[in-house]
Amino acid sequence: MNFVRNHILVCGGTGCVAAKSKEIIEEFNLQLQKHGLENEAKVILTGCFGLCALGPIVVVYPEGSFYSEIKVENIAEIVEEHILKGRVVEKLLYQETVKEDSIASLNETGFYKKQMRISLRNCGVIDPENIDEYIAFDGYEALAKALTAMTPDEIVEEILKSGLRGRGGGGFPTGLKWKFAAKEQNDVKYVCCNADEGDPGAFMDRSVLEGDPHNIIESMAIAGYAIGASQGYIYVRAEYPIAVERMQHAIKQAKEYGFLGNNIFGTGFNFDLEVRLGAGAFVCGEETALMMSIEGQRGEPRPRPPFPAVKGLFGKPTVLNNVETFTNITWILLHGAEAFQAIGTEKSKGTKVFALGGNITNTGLVEVPMGITLREIVEEIGGGVPNGKAFKAAQTGGPSGGCIPTHMLDIKIDYDSLMAVGSMMGSGGLIVMDEDSCMVDIAKFFLDFTVEESCGKCTPCRIGTKRMLDILEKISEGHGTLEDIDALEELSAHIKENSLCGLGQTAPNPVASTLHHFRDEYLAHVNEHRCPAGVCKNLLQYFIQQDKCIGCTLCQRVCPTAAIAGEVKKPETFEVIQDKCIKCGACIDKCKPKAIIKK
Amino acid sequence: MAKSIEELRAIREKMRDQIDLRHKDENNIRVVVGMATCGIAAGARPVLNAFTEETRKRNLTNVTVGQTGCIGLCQHEPIVEVFEPGKEKVTYVAMTPDKVARVVLEHLVNRNVVAEYTVGSLDTLK
Repeated sequence: MNFVRNHILVCGGTGCVAAKSKEIIEEFNLQLQKHGLENEAKVILTGCFGLCALGPIVVVYPEGSFYSEIKVENIAEIVEEHILKGRVVEKLLYQETVKEDSIASLNETGFYKKQMRISLRNCGVIDPENIDEYIAFDGYEALAKALTAMTPDEIVEEILKSGLRGRGGGGFPTGLKWKFAAKEQNDVKYVCCNADEGDPGAFMDRSVLEGDPHNIIESMAIAGYAIGASQGYIYVRAEYPIAVERMQHAIKQAKEYGFLGNNIFGTGFNFDLEVRLGAGAFVCGEETALMMSIEGQRGEPRPRPPFPAVKGLFGKPTVLNNVETFTNITWILLHGAEAFQAIGTEKSKGTKVFALGGNITNTGLVEVPMGITLREIVEEIGGGVPNGKAFKAAQTGGPSGGCIPTHMLDIKIDYDSLMAVGSMMGSGGLIVMDEDSCMVDIAKFFLDFTVEESCGKCTPCRIGTKRMLDILEKISEGHGTLEDIDALEELSAHIKENSLCGLGQTAPNPVASTLHHFRDEYLAHVNEHRCPAGVCKNLLQYFIQQDKCIGCTLCQRVCPTAAIAGEVKKPETFEVIQDKCIKCGACIDKCKPKAIIKK
Repeated sequence: MAKSIEELRAIREKMRDQIDLRHKDENNIRVVVGMATCGIAAGARPVLNAFTEETRKRNLTNVTVGQTGCIGLCQHEPIVEVFEPGKEKVTYVAMTPDKVARVVLEHLVNRNVVAEYTVGSLDTLK
């Protein structure tokens, strides 16, 4: 066997695979062979690094050189220069790591400096398809410790003491959930993992399943031991093919090693796992609907109580936790509840993963300690709003959350602070909006999503959200009245109070919070028939500023409805024929002297 | 095949060696071989291979072997530099695979610089 002196880690998350990381791996192997280096450098597929905007990511160790936006054509150069001759290819590095005369460590860059990785600790570090690599990073040690050195009660106590709260959005104390389920007297109990990640823009669960699947297996087995269950289900959406494949692969490996199955570590404890695929209904992320779906029934929520801990899957006591919640379990058992408790704020302990998206420079996955301010996430980690635009608001919690305006940028990120301003933690989508975003339009976007995803079982959600959407459409078309705004507020309160499950109860949040923080924008739509951000099409007209126009006719050529009049080289003749214009914006994109405006 | 806890730990120990590369340890000794055109032409590749081979044989997990570009003393290639934390770097010149074995044993294991191979031993530079 030869001594491997370089490890080339290539990101195999969905984002980077879409950007051809599979081809990059093939090319690496090809180039290494060409130079006779195949025994000296090892190419390893790994999980998400988080900086998805700059994918595909390639990291070369021992130098730790962080290459970003790598193309297949670049591989030959990296192999020849870096692997063969040892010269880091500076121009291909993530530019934040390149300083004037030295190459900075990745952890010093703005994107990573303030992050703290517990949930994502193995993502981008290990090969998710190799159980041995997981073991090398203390994998299955927590399970060994739990089974041999702790009683089920001690585990529940430890989790309770850590202060861990559900990361799926609700924020219910995980230890308490386990305690309730452990207390139930029943021969059959279940452990479920909710990997039905449905919030638009959120993808942390997918990244964990893809980058560190054994962590979930180990944590679920620990949960099984703690509450007295011997069967677990992982409910993953079928739209995550890579995650499903890696999870199934990991389960197979764990069974081969005897970490799943009968008599684990010779302790007499049995635990088995199965993957169940969801068909992509948002409501199936709701716990009771999810369990109905696993049972093979229609994915509809049922009233609670009884809570799943008492009467859950197949009518048996069940613990259901989100993917991110499970990732913390192994860490807590290995490092102790005190270490976990030391991170975060008084009532929110540990870290939270956010999927940064929208109008932000560094889109990707970030993990931060609770209590960090929104400003730090947006400006320092996220790199701020691009193109010199101003920050307007951030939406947390996806379609169930609310927006946080500029003057609240210094809010601490934890469950209770977010609740207090009418938003919520949610599963961790964080969408940043710049000054060009219309808040009525945003509210409409999220409501459109909930209307589509409402399962229809209860009336407030089925009809209420539809009525709210109708009103929002009316307002964005310029036909809204002040009574409509009152009606929106009234409906919000009703839907919140009377819906059966979390989907309906939180559906009005985007409307309620935009109404609260950006009421003047709603009023501008209603009273002045004006969209201040210039988004709502019906309230806009396009104009050509003839003093800036050069008469090139480019706009005429791209206009799909021939709505621009004017003769070549005669700027004074150019104008928009308003009743033909469909406001598609094609002319604005093409106009070189920026002579076309909308107002 | 069900594994016992002892077996789990054995796998971990075995794998730790392989992933050491991904841990940046401040106490690591870094051996860097000049691998620009001049170095390669002078025979730097066998030297590099000898280093990786020797360090593996002696299980020196605290040593990383890397390459670098042209150091500037092309006529004295292959050049190898050894960086020990908190110490001045040591530059070896005109290395051969035979000399490597001695450097690994005396310098990397016993921490005594092999003075006669270093750049300081060259008459022209005195």
